[in-house]
Amino acid sequence: MLLARVTGTVVSSEKHPKLEGAKLLLVQPLTLDDTPRGSELLAVDGTGAGVGEKVLIVLEGRAAGDAIGKTGAPVDAAIVGIVDGVDLP
Amino acid sequence: MQLGKVIGNVVLNNKNDTLIGVTLLLVQPISSARESLGRVIVAADSLGAGAGEDVFFVRGKEASFPFYPTEVPADAAIVGIVDHWTIG
Repeated sequence: MLLARVTGTVVSSEKHPKLEGAKLLLVQPLTLDDTPRGSELLAVDGTGAGVGEKVLIVLEGRAAGDAIGKTGAPVDAAIVGIVDGVDLP
Repeated sequence: MQLGKVIGNVVLNNKNDTLIGVTLLLVQPISSARESLGRVIVAADSLGAGAGEDVFFVRGKEASFPFYPTEVPADAAIVGIVDHWTIG
């Protein structure tokens, strides 16, 4: 899993049936000091996250499909949590 | 998933039986600022996308899911045609 920031929303009216109703968000993966790491991704939202929020994303198909309650959905990334804080003792 | 732009298609006459009837499109991955990201990929199309359209695609094993129960040997598949996106 990765920490990421939600940067935008994507609207797609023609998509795979298993993605109907899924919210599609652009996310920018982050390092631990909140700097961008790598290129942005498109993730389905399983938590009700919004733009600007720091989130936890999973990059694996089965887990991503389960996160939106659609087993077998053709997805490879999903938001599974909204991050309150990260402790680094 | 990633955003991409369809820039063309690939024609195969001699292909694996499970790829028969599957359209293969050339997709340039792009950022939300429309910059090209990395190399052009070949993706299986599950929707009927065409050149010039913005799409999003899935990578990995899940790329074969849209064609279930056929096990299409693809590692990337277009699963949505993008109307527009908003940043911020």
